[in-house]
Amino acid sequence: MELFLNILGAIATVILAFIVGMSYGGIVRKITARVQNRKGPPWYQNFIDAYKLYSKTTAIHHGWMHRMGPAFLMVSSVVTLMFVPVLNNGGWFENMNFQGDLIFLLYIMVFGSLGMALGAGQTGNPNSAIGVTRGLSQMVGFEIPWVMALVAMMIQYKTTSITGFIEVQQESGTWLMFSSPFAFIAAVLAMLGMFRYSPFDIVGAPSELASGPVSENGGKYLFTMMSSGSIFTFAKLTLYVDLFMGGANNLLVLLIKTFALYMVPVLYGLVSPRYRTEQAVRYFWGWPLFFGLLAIIYAVIF
Amino acid sequence: MSYDKDSHKIFDFIQNWARKHSIWVLAYGTGCGAIEIPPTMTSRYDAERLGVRGAATPRQADVLLITGYLTTKTLKRVIRVYEQMQDPKYVIGFGSCTINGGMYYDSYNTIKVLDKYLPVDVYINGCMPRPEAVLAGFAKLQQLIAEGKANGAQKYKENLEWYRENQKRISPHWVMPEYNW
Repeated sequence: MELFLNILGAIATVILAFIVGMSYGGIVRKITARVQNRKGPPWYQNFIDAYKLYSKTTAIHHGWMHRMGPAFLMVSSVVTLMFVPVLNNGGWFENMNFQGDLIFLLYIMVFGSLGMALGAGQTGNPNSAIGVTRGLSQMVGFEIPWVMALVAMMIQYKTTSITGFIEVQQESGTWLMFSSPFAFIAAVLAMLGMFRYSPFDIVGAPSELASGPVSENGGKYLFTMMSSGSIFTFAKLTLYVDLFMGGANNLLVLLIKTFALYMVPVLYGLVSPRYRTEQAVRYFWGWPLFFGLLAIIYAVIF
Repeated sequence: MSYDKDSHKIFDFIQNWARKHSIWVLAYGTGCGAIEIPPTMTSRYDAERLGVRGAATPRQADVLLITGYLTTKTLKRVIRVYEQMQDPKYVIGFGSCTINGGMYYDSYNTIKVLDKYLPVDVYINGCMPRPEAVLAGFAKLQQLIAEGKANGAQKYKENLEWYRENQKRISPHWVMPEYNW
């Protein structure tokens, strides 16, 4: 019975993540349009696009790795979601957290991009290859401040599980973004690269690379990528809220917190042009790295 | 995609509704008409509010927009692009040049009637059509999709030999992959 409930909870979590992620994507399109003085598509436009993509035929075959690429993305997103507590105190469903799941997440969050890179490599499209190399370079950039922020927090609070961090925040009554501010700054700057909005949209740059790794994928492949991207967005935002903003006691608080956090990369992106690859990497190895180092020093000394 | 029209009426209705409201356009900038695409997409006429959006590659696109005249040299590339697109797919002939040659009616190196080489679903008349005309063309395409009448791809599949004959007359050195779906 308990197993059954857990499976039900997992399915419900994935559906929630899909709906919330898709709606956020639609709202972002609307906000982008309003900033550019347009009316913009309705907020549910992403659902229509997803359904249309799903209903298209798919007669592309470049080999098995190409078929597996979107599946790898989906697996990575869903597994990430399974390890992130959606609500505090197991309020939504008891997920698969264990001591050290934060370290596991660091690995599994990269897994999808690597699978996608292999899949894009097999299509033989030069744009895909360029997009993959750009994406991996950018990942080298933002992973370092992100890992440093997490290591600093692990040193400071002597726990490596996400629920552990939530408990720390509930006991002390303050959010970790206030009690370890440097780690938060480093993590938020890394988040700019993680979400791939401008100025870090160098991977999928539509007019420059013809959407990069995605360029040979249409129809159902694109649907899988779109939905896995939405789920991954929700999972990452929830992870940030759990780590730095004290988690959430109910869904409404979760939505408000994740949306506020999501606006950071979106609004920063709306007023920024695109970086070149080396500029992006240099950006992440500048101030974000400095704040990461500062966070570790802060954690060791205090 | 083949399905019985009478047995899946509700399903078809939903599917056509989604297709109608999500049109990803591959604007093949062959001729001067391409200059009318930016004003259609940007803030003044904002085609995105109707679900019309640019696509980066033929794999992702629903609509192939032939903007203006088509030289004999680019025809082969356009056909290659069209055959890479996934069903359901539509073609919009943009400007007078695609209808009867327009001002290039006696040119030696342009295509006069696009419909002989690719199945055109909607024509937009004008030299050049203004963004209002382009939006009207998209509205017409949406109406055809909703009624299930925008079946140019089906026509292409059925009359492939006829189209191939016409295409090969223009480009005699035909080295292209087979059209296999």
